[in-house]
Amino acid sequence: MSQSSQLWANPVWTNLDQIFVLLQHWVEGFFPVWLQPAVGTVLGVIAIVAAFPGIFALTTVLERKGLGRMQNRLGPNRVGPFGILQPVADGIKSLTKEDIVPLTADGVVHFLAPVVLVIAVFLGFAVLPVGRNMVLTNLDAGLLFFFAIGASTELSVFMAGWSSRNKYSLLGAMRAVAQMISYEVPLLLSSVVAVMITGSLSTVKIVEAQSGFTGIFPHWYVFTPWGFAGFVLFVIAALAETNRSPFDLPEGESELVAGYFTEYSGFKFALFFLGEYLGMFSIAGFAITLFLGGWGAPLSVLEIIPSWAWFFAKLLCAIFFFIWLRGTLPRLRQDQLMNFAWKFMLPMSLLNLLVAGAWRFLGDGWLRWIVCSAVLLLAYGLLGRVLMRHQRLGARSYRYAD
Amino acid sequence: MIFGLSIVFVLTSILTVAGALAAALLKNLVHCALSLTITFAGLALLYLQLDAQFAGFSQILVYIGAVAILVVFAILLTRGAGIPEYRSFSSSWLAGITISAGVFALLAWAVTKSLSASASSSAAPQVTVQQIGLALMSSYVLPLEIVAVLLTVALIGAVIVAMPESRTPKSESSQGGDR
Repeated sequence: MSQSSQLWANPVWTNLDQIFVLLQHWVEGFFPVWLQPAVGTVLGVIAIVAAFPGIFALTTVLERKGLGRMQNRLGPNRVGPFGILQPVADGIKSLTKEDIVPLTADGVVHFLAPVVLVIAVFLGFAVLPVGRNMVLTNLDAGLLFFFAIGASTELSVFMAGWSSRNKYSLLGAMRAVAQMISYEVPLLLSSVVAVMITGSLSTVKIVEAQSGFTGIFPHWYVFTPWGFAGFVLFVIAALAETNRSPFDLPEGESELVAGYFTEYSGFKFALFFLGEYLGMFSIAGFAITLFLGGWGAPLSVLEIIPSWAWFFAKLLCAIFFFIWLRGTLPRLRQDQLMNFAWKFMLPMSLLNLLVAGAWRFLGDGWLRWIVCSAVLLLAYGLLGRVLMRHQRLGARSYRYAD
Repeated sequence: MIFGLSIVFVLTSILTVAGALAAALLKNLVHCALSLTITFAGLALLYLQLDAQFAGFSQILVYIGAVAILVVFAILLTRGAGIPEYRSFSSSWLAGITISAGVFALLAWAVTKSLSASASSSAAPQVTVQQIGLALMSSYVLPLEIVAVLLTVALIGAVIVAMPESRTPKSESSQGGDR
């Protein structure tokens, strides 16, 4: 922190930055010493369970309003001013709806699928550094933990689709699992570059490695050639992992009714919805942690604003970006999806590993910027032309509504 | 502590063994695959109790995230899991019991031999991921490269097995004749 501004050293701003940590220590003080770590952990869990579903409620209304405005309509506007209380209405509706389980469905697996999803998704938040000194557990292999838990969500998708004994569910589940497995490889490979340059799998260390400033500009990894390529690849793979538009073929409403959660109603559907959105938040949080500097401020003069405020601001920007993409891009077909993953993203992420290694060993200076950027741009152009040449793509045509 | 083992270890091993038993005894094949997933999770918990973080998380990532999915896909794409088996016990059960008793005796002998050999229970070494990486790159680089070659061969083999047959001129002309 040697290059931060003088304002930051003021204890008022330091206390504001650490206000949740101080609150946790204060509550811990009421308990005997041997119980304090457990109480601290429980408080952290309560904070996560309160904060992220709260953001989920906000996101549902933001998404519907945002999509509505992008599609030239209003979105929900009945419940509360500008429809802001819509999640309350949705929650009450989903709690009071009848829970219908098909007669021939596999009861136990049908019940366990949303449970497994929500457990796996909440576990992923345990290693996310939300602010300075604000992480639930600082695991040495934190990033590996997150990806391992993310791999378990695929199992719940399969369980949901198979146990419903429904053609559309099974088809949606197969597509979803195939898509998630294909995109898991570029997701992991594109995150490895951040680990390589930091030298640690711990999320806290990765954020701390990006917390320096040269002048007023931050050392975020996204401002380097390999970091930018890694960030773009990670975000595309993250969209595919969470079945988010334009990769939402598994839940394409016009094709598969609702995909793998066709046969779920009431609260179980709400749990699936919650699990999907929370998965989106956690993977967006990891994109921010790995490439966008985590809780760091974008300019050194802005460090007076607390670290957790920066993290949640970046998270909201990421959510807005996802909603924007959903409203803009058409859905990808299954074979286009698979081609893109295996023929473009996998070679690019492998090349990105080599470029990051070259960056490390070329030493400081302008040479490494030019070499790395040139290699990545050349590869992008060549891969786009050469490997995708069998796709019969014509000239772009525009049609406008009259 | 029960029999010198911690409560957490006893619970985790009960979970693991129960999952493995269920995987062998259940009738519905997909249920068996899901119980096997519970066994994998129990094994990962055992690794984590021994402070082997990398091994535990890799177990979850590889076994639950990939192998379990592979097993259920294989079940669905080959035989269909809707028809439950009605015979839980095979006809050669005596040979099965004898062989499993022999394997159990061998494993028990190996475990008790190693327990008495390492009598001094010092604190477990803290192995970081960095140390694993350094070891992989220096003393274990040959197994690493062999595994990489093996994985590449498996990938190429899978692509070849799944590739559609290339059209020869002979089959094209026969198709033209059918139309």
